[in-house]
Amino acid sequence: MTMLDNVRQTMRRDQVWPFLIEKQPPNIDVSHNVILYVEGLSVSFDGFQALNDLNLYVNDGELRCLIGANGAGKTTLMDVITGKTQADSGDVYFGQTIDLLGKDEAEIAQLGIGRKFQKPTVFEAQSVFSNLELAMKANRGILPTLLAQLSAAQFDRIDEVLETIGLKEQRLMLAGALSHGQKQWLEIGMLLIADPRLLLIDEPVAGMTAQETERTAELLTSLAGEHTVVVVEHDMEFVRSIAKTVTVLHQGSVLAEGSMQEIQNDPAVIEVYLGESD
Amino acid sequence: MTVSAQSDANLAPQTLTQRFSALHELRDKAPLFLSLLFGVTLYASVCNLYVPEGSIFHVSTYTITLLGKYLSFALLALAVDVVWGYCGILSLGHGAFFALGGYAMGMYLMRQIGDRGVYANPDLPDFMVFLNWSEIPWFWQGFDQFWFAMVMVLLVPGLLAFVFGWLAFRSRVTGVYFSIMTQALTYALMLAFFRNEMGFGGNNGLTDFKDLLGFSLQADSTRVALLICTSVILGLAYVLSQWIMNSKLGRLIVGVRDAEPRARFLGYKTENYKVWLFVYSGMLAAIAGALYVPQVGIINPGEFSPLNSIEVVVWVAVGGRGTLYGAIVGALLINYAKTRFTAIFPEAWLFALGALFVAVTVFLPQGLMGLIKRSHVENNNVEKT
Repeated sequence: MTMLDNVRQTMRRDQVWPFLIEKQPPNIDVSHNVILYVEGLSVSFDGFQALNDLNLYVNDGELRCLIGANGAGKTTLMDVITGKTQADSGDVYFGQTIDLLGKDEAEIAQLGIGRKFQKPTVFEAQSVFSNLELAMKANRGILPTLLAQLSAAQFDRIDEVLETIGLKEQRLMLAGALSHGQKQWLEIGMLLIADPRLLLIDEPVAGMTAQETERTAELLTSLAGEHTVVVVEHDMEFVRSIAKTVTVLHQGSVLAEGSMQEIQNDPAVIEVYLGESD
Repeated sequence: MTVSAQSDANLAPQTLTQRFSALHELRDKAPLFLSLLFGVTLYASVCNLYVPEGSIFHVSTYTITLLGKYLSFALLALAVDVVWGYCGILSLGHGAFFALGGYAMGMYLMRQIGDRGVYANPDLPDFMVFLNWSEIPWFWQGFDQFWFAMVMVLLVPGLLAFVFGWLAFRSRVTGVYFSIMTQALTYALMLAFFRNEMGFGGNNGLTDFKDLLGFSLQADSTRVALLICTSVILGLAYVLSQWIMNSKLGRLIVGVRDAEPRARFLGYKTENYKVWLFVYSGMLAAIAGALYVPQVGIINPGEFSPLNSIEVVVWVAVGGRGTLYGAIVGALLINYAKTRFTAIFPEAWLFALGALFVAVTVFLPQGLMGLIKRSHVENNNVEKT
């Protein structure tokens, strides 16, 4: 009799089997207005201390610039946040509750953290349109991907993003045939269309003309607010034009943090970084 | 590449939905390919069965069998193209899946011999009698049933591909390391199957088959039926693969080939996709093996030889990888050439094959299909200006 009951329980028509319920992404708790916590983070490669007890807090909706000399740990920090590199010690939290350490790249990306690489990386053998289609927020399972068809709303969304990144004319062009700057934009577009909470952007204006740089600056400032944007950049002029808050990294830890004005007048910063470049 | 990109950009916007519909490419290429495939099959079948032997239109049974063999190879090449051409996974061990599929079919055919073997033992295949085995080993159970053997044709190679792929891709083994591992896999299997104690006929493998589902394998009609079967299955595999490659999944697979980190940071667990594709491809190879064995009448451990797997890669490279039909054309052309060449200069064949591979790699990186595509694009441009 119990078996029959079990069957009845399993087959109840007012309930959905647990494995059929689509998994909802966990809510990102930003009740303290901080979206990313990095605390006491240390990473070393073969004895080289890439990150050394680094502490960083990024507010929700902020546009933050990270600067620092080569080897200061900017890219390593991004690698740790996005799950590419394992941390030796420390904590990385997304919102109040989500521990990012120990998750892999795909899981972290699905939580809503998008990353642009230093070297523009797009799917070169495919059209600009396909690139955006693949990046679009959707079920990442194998079968749903196989059967995916674009809805009208999704078409509109792709058009909207194409408009934002200024590649409407090139939508059917192979991504590999785009210019360097256009590839950078396409990659930013691919992040945008996935609708992430946090964008990590590594050197967005490397190899761009002055005009392109200006447009990129406009694009990034317009993103802040709705998204949280963290930009790593070498180009001080560019940083000056977009940043409200700048964090200076030096030898794997935070050297200074504040407005561009404050940073430029900070004697420690002048000594190790700005002094060299000016 | 640039040329085609620019001509793409000139297309009218309303063709956009069309171009990205998954069935578009199918409508484009599949009918031509399928009508050619089925046309030749039908012609050969009719001319074998209904045209008298004296007529110049008669197609000999030898040719029918040869054609069936080529088509099985074409399916194997298709399987390699799916993983190599589209996902950049260079497997030098697909012969292993092919041979395992072949062995599963061979085991069924062995059990069908019954008491017509040399030793006339109703339960045991000849080689087991010869080894003084008293009863059939557990892993031969069930192979007297056709459906069971067919399930095993898919299941055993599929499982091997899954376990191997899962271990390799999860540890992010790629490139040449992966290729070497696949070579080692097929080599290890070859050594294992050479052993008599393994229970698969050792050195001699499985042979001397009598009939399949009650039809004599020597009969012309059975041979024609096998050819038609192979042709239909190749057609289905082609259509299915084309459909997969034109879906969003296919575009993602190409994306993984070109920029795996990008796909990963977009939230795709790329290793799962690669394992899935590897299993699909392994199963296609296994079906090819199962179709091959009844037509050639033997399966032995030589099929696991690493050289065989490398040869398949040469077929795909010559035909043009990443096109599906290119792989099929490559397999057919080279195997035809092999049949011809090995009859005329048996010693020179391997040199010719090697030279062909080098020439294709140097002069035609996209294979023969790349050559055709290029001239097609050039013609189009001439017409436009």
